[in-house]
Amino acid sequence: MSFTDAFRLALRALGRNKMRSSLTMLGLIIGVGAVIAVIGIGQGAAAKAQEQLAAMGSNMLFVGSGSMNRSGLHTGHFQTKTLITADARAMVRECPLVSAAAPGTSSGQQVVYGNQNWATQITGTEPQYFDVRNWPFSAGSSFSEEDVIQSATVAVLGETVRKNLFGPANPVGQVIRIGTLPFKVVGVLAPKGISAGSGQDQDDAIFAPLTTVQKKLLGQDWLRWIMVSAVSREASYVAQRQIESLLRDRHKVKSGDDDDFVVRNLADIADAAAEQGTVMTILLTIVASVALLVGGIGIMNIMLVSVTERTREIGIRMAIGATEEDVRRQFLTEAIVLGLIGGTAGILFGVASSVAVSKWLEWPILIPSYAIGASTLFAIAIALFFGFYPARKASQLNPIEALRYE
Amino acid sequence: MAIWNSSSLAEAPAATSHLPVISVREIRKIYDLGETQVHALRGVTVNIKAGDFVAIMGASGSGKSTFMNILGCLDRPTSGQYLLEAKDVSSLHKKELAAIRNQKIGFVFQGFNLLGRTTALENTELPLLYSRVTKKEQERRAREALNLVGLAQRADHFPSQLSGGQQQRVAIARALVNKPLILLADEPTGNLDSRTSVEIMEIFQKLNREGLTIVLVTHEPDIARFSKRAIVFRDGHIKRDELVDSPQVASEVLKTMPTIED
Repeated sequence: MSFTDAFRLALRALGRNKMRSSLTMLGLIIGVGAVIAVIGIGQGAAAKAQEQLAAMGSNMLFVGSGSMNRSGLHTGHFQTKTLITADARAMVRECPLVSAAAPGTSSGQQVVYGNQNWATQITGTEPQYFDVRNWPFSAGSSFSEEDVIQSATVAVLGETVRKNLFGPANPVGQVIRIGTLPFKVVGVLAPKGISAGSGQDQDDAIFAPLTTVQKKLLGQDWLRWIMVSAVSREASYVAQRQIESLLRDRHKVKSGDDDDFVVRNLADIADAAAEQGTVMTILLTIVASVALLVGGIGIMNIMLVSVTERTREIGIRMAIGATEEDVRRQFLTEAIVLGLIGGTAGILFGVASSVAVSKWLEWPILIPSYAIGASTLFAIAIALFFGFYPARKASQLNPIEALRYE
Repeated sequence: MAIWNSSSLAEAPAATSHLPVISVREIRKIYDLGETQVHALRGVTVNIKAGDFVAIMGASGSGKSTFMNILGCLDRPTSGQYLLEAKDVSSLHKKELAAIRNQKIGFVFQGFNLLGRTTALENTELPLLYSRVTKKEQERRAREALNLVGLAQRADHFPSQLSGGQQQRVAIARALVNKPLILLADEPTGNLDSRTSVEIMEIFQKLNREGLTIVLVTHEPDIARFSKRAIVFRDGHIKRDELVDSPQVASEVLKTMPTIED
């Protein structure tokens, strides 16, 4: 029997029991669909996270004020008052691998424009902050160094704040109120989206000159953090050690005592995010493989039923000259066709559900061609593996008994 | 009009020589049922020459079905020799037996054994699926075989749309499609009424006249009377083997029977 004959026979046999065949394939469809969807969504998420981290600047270091140890009682982060603007200046001056450092502080405030208001985070910093974070403007521009020196009441809006306060109107030149103070809007930042590291909306923020926030809003002269840009991603690890030793020196931290600051390297966060994505993909792939396995068992089950039901047919075929190999090939081809159709339907289902998820969550998807090829092959391999036993069973039937089977 | 193309049988050497097509020597078949052994055949020797029409008779348990299965290469004897066209097939491998069933033997069963939801034409093509024949040639030969049994117009009908007699004729067409050396029929009229049975015997007699060797298992003496030679089995032995005195001619018997349109 030729392969085309076997294929034709298989299609017809499956077509006779459409309902049963589709239910048999369902396991594979769900399994392959799940694999494709998981890979598509997972790879898309990983690509997006990497893109975000790259946009954030993977050569970035974050220096935060640390916790204190008061008579054995530890406070949380951002509690020490020892991190100051002069530290930022010293980093640029004394650490050769630091290219820029932007000191800053922040606090939650209610912001009002006209009859709109919005609770957000106000960040006091210096103009180089936007360079360090690699953050472009969509309208207007940053406040100037002059504004910082003069503690001017000017502000830059994040996209989320702009949307909530101004809607379609142009905010540049308008005056908003932060706490009790009026601020003139000088610029709007381009949207940056959800932070891959912390999960916060980075656009839900207002930026103003550091001195203005320190003196006029908070009445403090210390910093909560310094954003540092290293000359390159590779240099960031060495720059981190340079900064740590510089700050220990400046803050007179005795050896053996806890630091009164923390330094975080965004390259670490990027690595952690990538690793998290990989772990997630592996986990979901295991779940999807179990689904595929169950689908395979479903195929075996139905093929066994089918062989029993068609015992007489097998007997007739053998009596008129079908060899064991012919019978085995016929049933194996049926299993493979089940796998092929189920696998193809599963790919369509997987792609469709990935697209649906991406539309719904505004999440990018990325389905590599190897995933499609591999899952098709896997579906066929499963069908072959689980179809082999029933096909063998059919081929081992005794034609005399098979002919007598009622 | 010749319904069986005798020129095709000229290819078979046995048809022209005087050697028997089937030569069975001292065949025994023992079924081992663990504690007991069942002797189905206890040494059977028989020769069937080309162009013969043999009826095999006997009660159930007489060994005639076992004998048929061995003749049909569906089963192998425990001991003894089975020469088909002077070739010993009693020790062949399963795969070679399948090829012999496909090329040399045509089967007709009591229960017709057609595939349901498959047209008469495709049922007839079935043996060709296991021969190396192109799709086009398969259809040509199947139509030719259906024509031989007078069912050319029913080629696209399903078995459920055919009467018992028509179904059996499709089964005969299927048995003929590979131009076999012998036709083995196991109780071919067992499920048919008497007139239809005679119609089937008429087809067999026509095929036999064209040179086809036929071996027919039946327990009905009326049916055996259409054959040329009757072999009676009993307890695994051949009890009687004799020529049929003036065999009946089915086409003439039909004239005396009331017509029932199927």
